[in-house]
Amino acid sequence: MQPVFPRAIHGRFRRLKWGIMAACLVVYYLTPWLRWNRGPYAPDQAVLIDLAHRRFYMFAIEIWPQEFYFVAGLLIMAGIGLFLVTSAVGRAWCGYACPQTVWTDLFQQIDRWFDGDRNAQMRLAKAPWTAGKLARRLAKWSLYLLVSVATGGAWIFYFADAPTLFHQVFTGTAPAIAYSTIAVLAGTTFWLGGFMREQVCVYMCPWPRIQSAMLDEKSLIVTYKDWRGEPRGKAKDLPAGDCVDCGLCAAVCPTGIDIRDGAQIGCITCALCIDACDTVMAKTGRPRGLIDYATLEDSEKERAGAPPTRHAKLIWHARTLIYLGLWSAIGCALLFALGTRNHLAISVAKDRNPPFMLMSDGAIRNAYLVKWRNMEDRPRPMRLTLDGIPGAAMWSEEMGKAQAARQLTRTIPADQTQPLRIYVIAPAGTAQQPLGFTLTAADAQGGTVRYDTRFDAPEGGQ
Amino acid sequence: MTDKRIDEATNTETMGHEWDGIEELNTPLPRWWLYTFYACIAFAVGYAVVYPSVPLLHEGTHGTFGWTSRGEYAAEQKAEAAQRAPMLAALAKTPIEDLPKNPELMRQAVAGGRAAFKVNCVQCHGAGAAGSVGYPNLNDDDWLWGGTLTDIQQTLTHGIRYSGDDQTRTSLMPSFGHDKILTPAQVQDAASYVRSLSGLEPKGAAAQRGAEIFSVNCVACHGPEGKGGRQFGAPNLTDRIWLYGGSREQVVGSITNAHAGVMPAWGLRLDPVTIKMLAAYVHSLGGGEAFAAPAPAAK
Ligand code: SF4
Ligand code: SF4
Repeated sequence: MQPVFPRAIHGRFRRLKWGIMAACLVVYYLTPWLRWNRGPYAPDQAVLIDLAHRRFYMFAIEIWPQEFYFVAGLLIMAGIGLFLVTSAVGRAWCGYACPQTVWTDLFQQIDRWFDGDRNAQMRLAKAPWTAGKLARRLAKWSLYLLVSVATGGAWIFYFADAPTLFHQVFTGTAPAIAYSTIAVLAGTTFWLGGFMREQVCVYMCPWPRIQSAMLDEKSLIVTYKDWRGEPRGKAKDLPAGDCVDCGLCAAVCPTGIDIRDGAQIGCITCALCIDACDTVMAKTGRPRGLIDYATLEDSEKERAGAPPTRHAKLIWHARTLIYLGLWSAIGCALLFALGTRNHLAISVAKDRNPPFMLMSDGAIRNAYLVKWRNMEDRPRPMRLTLDGIPGAAMWSEEMGKAQAARQLTRTIPADQTQPLRIYVIAPAGTAQQPLGFTLTAADAQGGTVRYDTRFDAPEGGQ
Repeated sequence: MTDKRIDEATNTETMGHEWDGIEELNTPLPRWWLYTFYACIAFAVGYAVVYPSVPLLHEGTHGTFGWTSRGEYAAEQKAEAAQRAPMLAALAKTPIEDLPKNPELMRQAVAGGRAAFKVNCVQCHGAGAAGSVGYPNLNDDDWLWGGTLTDIQQTLTHGIRYSGDDQTRTSLMPSFGHDKILTPAQVQDAASYVRSLSGLEPKGAAAQRGAEIFSVNCVACHGPEGKGGRQFGAPNLTDRIWLYGGSREQVVGSITNAHAGVMPAWGLRLDPVTIKMLAAYVHSLGGGEAFAAPAPAAK
């Protein structure tokens, strides 16, 4: 396998790529440092995955483990989002936003700082291992390593209070898992970004296979317009097409392919070859776009002599619209669920062994484990009410039977689930029947949830 | 099968076979793949040296650090015990009647008692402590020997009719029928009366006759109203709970032959802290008496 030494190129797509890369890196490195005031009972980090307390904080949203469907929904949206992008603009994800692309681009830039552009890099690669080459290599690899450690290091801040952890990391007091996470991510970044590069895209990543199955004649891909370019050659060797066979398009390609061979799995549609060829076309005084984003359908039309369709128009076709519809439907459903979710919850587990208990006066008692859950970041007073079985009363393990009532009140601490054993007693002769527990928040915010369970009794009463 | 040949387009050797004009190239595995594979082998070898792995005739290799899963388990147990030590020490210090004043300690005692119950008590009292005929149900509010924390602790420590413990709780009901203290007819009448006490039978002529027999033979332990007595472990006959069953045959059987259930004196086998935890757990099952927690209704 030949190593790839892509040549630096300037142009509009390269600028777009720099922009997206900068945006991705800024988002990745800065997100954990954003603060968000949640009051005294919750962490004030805007985005935090709190594994120890099993909470996920994202700005104003707080996800509990039992609300994991939000995360599942987001993952499904991310999946469909990928389909949506693919149906609209082909492999744009690969070419612009995929972390492998972003970091590879970064590492290639480091290569150019230390070793110069393509030709110099190739010379150096072939050169024998002198002290000078070794020094250069070591310097370059050190910078690789620095970037890698910073990459792995940023990740851990999503899982703990960033300023605290930052301090801990440098004073050697951070938990071992933090250091090992940094080590693993730094190692993979170093290896995948520094040395594997296009091989990840071509051999290791499953996405190109899935994606090539998703592309159709309406998908935007980078295309070499062979009917315009061929036969290639010097302008003076007539008859000649527009391609002067300068090879620049292949030289700039980060995956080391020649787009003039046709659409292929190695192409990540980064469009650098478009920039390259546009420069050549400008120099030779021909219209740009010998290599360009195009759909197959569009190419056929253009080959037949029609003018190229505008890209903005090509994006909208049936598949894009279907994905967009699906994607926004899930998004709306999640938003709706988020807006209407109740910040208290109750779950009841009935004792089944024994299912019921006969008391000395013939009364029947059942026992339940009732979990009161407060999902707000402040303590809330809550009221538990018995629904059904007139004459029944309940008491908890913390009270005596003497205080049995139809209603219990207690304050649940911020962000907590509190289990409480509840005994329900009903007069002699009560039959087996449904029983409900209602939990009401007794503060201004309010909210009510109910749990339906059962009251067991001896068959036919007694 | 044809002979090996070199494919002109790629300059790669072919595998030498062909299907429908398609030939398979003998492309070597990617380098990085091979290196990963070799790294895995190196890792496996290192792992086998460091950890116990190779089975020999009598035992396996020990690994360079002497790590074993048993050792790890023992260390975990030790850490767990160390973590529990302060709680156990506090429990040992606290008299059982003071336990309700410390809800956190009480909670831990109940949790510990639940575990100890599963090991020692479920065989007779059942997993849910609901007992069965002859084995008291510990969830209800009917206590032969008292249902306060102290009573339960006492019962647990010394057992019931347990011969190895001279402080054991003892009570003895005569075998009225078997020992011919009462005639079979008298036994029947007494049963009628006893059942009428808890409303299982109407107070008819048999019960009237039974009341006479009761006043002579049974009041000493069960009391004039049949409400039982805890100093003798005599059951309350007016409630709805029957340790040996409340059907006519069962009551007649109890009067004829008497029952004398035995519970071991756990004080001889378990340490006082475990017994304390067990008492707290049994008390927490819903029928515990004299709960000392502050009562909101009284405020
Ligand atoms: S062929 Fe062009 S668009 Fe495709 S990866 Fe290479 S440079 Fe990028
Ligand atoms: S850059 Fe354009 S002109 Fe040069 S070889 Fe590629 S397609 Fe031909």
